[in-house]
Amino acid sequence: MSRIIDQHRRRFLRASGVTVLSASAVALLAGCEKMAAAQTSNSAGDVGILNTALGLEHEAISAYQVGAASDLLQKPVLEVAVRFQSHHKGHRDALIATIRKLGGMPVAAKSDAEVAQALNAAALKTQVDVLRLAQRLEKGAANAYIGVIPSFSDKALAQVSARLAADEAMHWTVLTQVLNDSLPASALTFGA
Amino acid sequence: MIRQAVLSAAILSAAAAADAAAADPGRGKELYESRCGGCHSLDANRVGPAHRGVYGRKAGTAPNFNYSAAVRNSGVVWEGKTLDAWLTDPQRLIPGQRMNFRISAAEDRTDIIAYLRQQSGR
Repeated sequence: MSRIIDQHRRRFLRASGVTVLSASAVALLAGCEKMAAAQTSNSAGDVGILNTALGLEHEAISAYQVGAASDLLQKPVLEVAVRFQSHHKGHRDALIATIRKLGGMPVAAKSDAEVAQALNAAALKTQVDVLRLAQRLEKGAANAYIGVIPSFSDKALAQVSARLAADEAMHWTVLTQVLNDSLPASALTFGA
Repeated sequence: MIRQAVLSAAILSAAAAADAAAADPGRGKELYESRCGGCHSLDANRVGPAHRGVYGRKAGTAPNFNYSAAVRNSGVVWEGKTLDAWLTDPQRLIPGQRMNFRISAAEDRTDIIAYLRQQSGR
């Protein structure tokens, strides 16, 4: 499937005459490191957006770590939380690689203790509390990724942001079901 | 000409007052939590700075937050107009900033700003 998507993307980009930076980003997405490394462009703005996204992913990884270590999660829920954390680690690694290849310096993660304090983790007393926090953060993350899409100068990176938002929306949907919350009555819930 | 300008200013002022009156901080709270809550909290610095007290505050001055030089040196003071411009397109207001998050719907911005103003005791 990913090969099909890559082929479509390449055909589209060839047809539309994209910029050098787009070609660089596409090379990153396709895993073509030599091609990506050869691209240079004024991408400081995009790197800044990616670094903000990285900060968000660092926080998500720590939040799931705090939740997993809380002893408040039952085994099946814990397994899902760890799976979601692994997705965020995948996001983090992809963002770090892209930032570096665009010539930027990835932001460092805060400690789990710092994140726990910022998120008031001391107030988490039940599994539902942990799930509510995760649900809130996932929705915020999805909306953050949607909200920065118009700011990317490179459309290929904007597409990456949409893919990241889709992962966060998936997490939010699962958490919403686990919490037995109603699904949204209206369309276009995210980004609004 | 002068009369026209005064009339235009009066109309704009009345429109702004109507907007402020129509602002819904309750809806703004919901929007803040869903749209801004990925990176911000009222009382803690996270990916972005803490927001309680932001209305009326000089940009780049929330304690213990590592701002970009662009925001720190912008001279912007956060009030209705500047917050609206910021949420519309942060890069246009302060080139070199790091937020880049945009809210396209004017009424959403208005309600979020009303909530931030309320939480700042203004």
